[in-house]
Amino acid sequence: MIQFSIRRVLSAIPVVFGVLLVTFFLVRAIPGDPCTAILGERATPEICERFFAEKGLDKPIPIQFGIYLKDLAQGDFGESIRFKRPITTILIERLPLTVELGLLAVTFAIIIGIPLGIISALKRNSATDVVTMVIANIGVSMPVFWLGLMLAYVFALLLKDTPLQLPPTGRLSAGVIPIPFYEVYGWEVPASGIKYLVLTFISNMYIVNGILGFDWSTAWDAVRHMILPAIALGTISMAIIARMTRSAMLEVLGQDYIRTAKAKGLRHRKVVLKHAWRNALLPVVTIIGLQLGLILSGAVLTETVFGLAGVGRTMFEAITARDFPIIQGFVIVIAIGFVMLNLLVDLSYGFLDPRVRLD
Amino acid sequence: MSSVTELPVDTIDDPLEGTIGNFKSNSLWRLTLRRFFRQKSAIIGGVILIILVFGAVFADFVAPYSPTEDFIGEPNTSRRDPPCIHLLGCPEEKPQHIMGLDGNARDVFSRIIYGARISLTVGFVVVGFAIITGTVLGSVAGYSGGWLGNIIMRILDVVLAFPFLILAIAIVSVLGPGLTNAMLAIAIVSIPAYARVVRSSVLYVREQSYVEASRALGASHRQILMGRILPNSLPPLIVIGTLGIATAILDTAALSFIGLGAQPPQPEWGSMLASERNQVFSAPHLVFFPGLAIMLTVLAFNLLGDGLRDALDPRLAQAGFDPE
Repeated sequence: MIQFSIRRVLSAIPVVFGVLLVTFFLVRAIPGDPCTAILGERATPEICERFFAEKGLDKPIPIQFGIYLKDLAQGDFGESIRFKRPITTILIERLPLTVELGLLAVTFAIIIGIPLGIISALKRNSATDVVTMVIANIGVSMPVFWLGLMLAYVFALLLKDTPLQLPPTGRLSAGVIPIPFYEVYGWEVPASGIKYLVLTFISNMYIVNGILGFDWSTAWDAVRHMILPAIALGTISMAIIARMTRSAMLEVLGQDYIRTAKAKGLRHRKVVLKHAWRNALLPVVTIIGLQLGLILSGAVLTETVFGLAGVGRTMFEAITARDFPIIQGFVIVIAIGFVMLNLLVDLSYGFLDPRVRLD
Repeated sequence: MSSVTELPVDTIDDPLEGTIGNFKSNSLWRLTLRRFFRQKSAIIGGVILIILVFGAVFADFVAPYSPTEDFIGEPNTSRRDPPCIHLLGCPEEKPQHIMGLDGNARDVFSRIIYGARISLTVGFVVVGFAIITGTVLGSVAGYSGGWLGNIIMRILDVVLAFPFLILAIAIVSVLGPGLTNAMLAIAIVSIPAYARVVRSSVLYVREQSYVEASRALGASHRQILMGRILPNSLPPLIVIGTLGIATAILDTAALSFIGLGAQPPQPEWGSMLASERNQVFSAPHLVFFPGLAIMLTVLAFNLLGDGLRDALDPRLAQAGFDPE
């Protein structure tokens, strides 16, 4: 398994390099330039000439790429042209929100989708099956931005002043300030370095931070703000997972060993939970892995609808503002993240099915 | 029972006909169609699609107004008026607009009908472009293999490593916002999916005995590819193409929603949603109806695609399965 993992990581390096190459040249092909995009009317030729020289953008693009690779090898992702702050700092501010949102969305998709798929398979061709598949088909067909707006309308307006009211925008209610959990523990955190990056990243996941710091009210407030975005983002994945689970369960339930188990007198519940369910998991896990990638695409739209400053929205704004370092830095992190996630999914096959040899 | 030797020569079948990968044109397609029409969900998808196509083609007759005609200054009308249906109690003196008026006092129902033209065009053009390009790349990668196949697949892997929408946004930013560029961007990011399907199909089919037989008979690479391999790659392409139309419509609407796709005053559904999204609390009908139109269109293609996939299931075809 270790050899397999190393091979997979090594084979992903050319892909990540290719992603970086394409991104580097693609963003520089966007019409306009960062100086005009950021300074607007103040962008005179003299100011822009100085601007490009300061940022190293006056050099030929291949030279810029070489310099960027050299800095990257030293862990330097560069500085945002717009915010004049290190990319790593912006990343650890924005990425935690998207990670938290993505995890909640996938959790929602799995918790609802898998049981729906199993029930649908067990009650094949019944009214339950038909209703479940209708819901799944509708879920797969809904635009995520439309669903987000409709959820906001229902839960923020129609259910206003009821216990089911949920906030339609933002991460926390006005006046709620999360205290980093490490301050609650009294830890001393340096101003830079790996420890700072990791702890700040975790503390910017407000739900996790609230739980770790025993600040239940802030954690709950953060959860309330994330429910609608997570449902909007996770619905398509939920529908896909429900359909795949149903299909996989039906295939497994038709196998000879299931018939044997029933013939031996095993209770139906045990047949399903002990024998059928685990064998149906493999294709479902593959689909869940694929959904993680789609979630990031959907995050752009969800973050826009709900006013969340996550990775998706930041990248979209960076493209508009021609802020090359943000685009490059974020894309690298996302590409590496995809590789790691796909590896985890592949490794899980060996755990779920011992017959699978990860050669 | 007659012996085989008594059979006249002209009744002996072509040895390559009727084999698993070689659809005997009449009977297997008829079987496929029969299986397709047995699925209620596929029929529902087909009916929705027929209504949509009818509305799109005959929009000039179906839509009560032009998509750009506004009612500013008309008596008893104002911007963002809610739906008014006289049959459901809306006062007669108020002009009937069954889905209300938008922020520019244009009839929403008419804009949605005309928007169907845009969405259907988007779906077919995007998928058509992506399938043709993907088929060429996938065929070359699968048939020739070697270093060329590897390079093609690595380039496609790089494209696939990007989050779909982010790459589409970047491409549109390079080309400039607009519906045509949005369609091109979505088509480009969709190519790898089709190329992979065609490549898998080609890899499987090229090892079949009938392809080997064709090679032995002296057929050229082009003849084998066009005559044997690609036709047998059609079934999965038809399925993912149909499902791909749904995705193309959704993604183009998404690009329009963030301002990079269709530009006003085009009645594209995503762009209609985008321009009124801040009114969701005061005029929810302006968000509800365009989104519902997108959902129903995408649902129709998804149901159709699912139906085609089940009808074209190769395991059923190989087993000669006849539901009757």
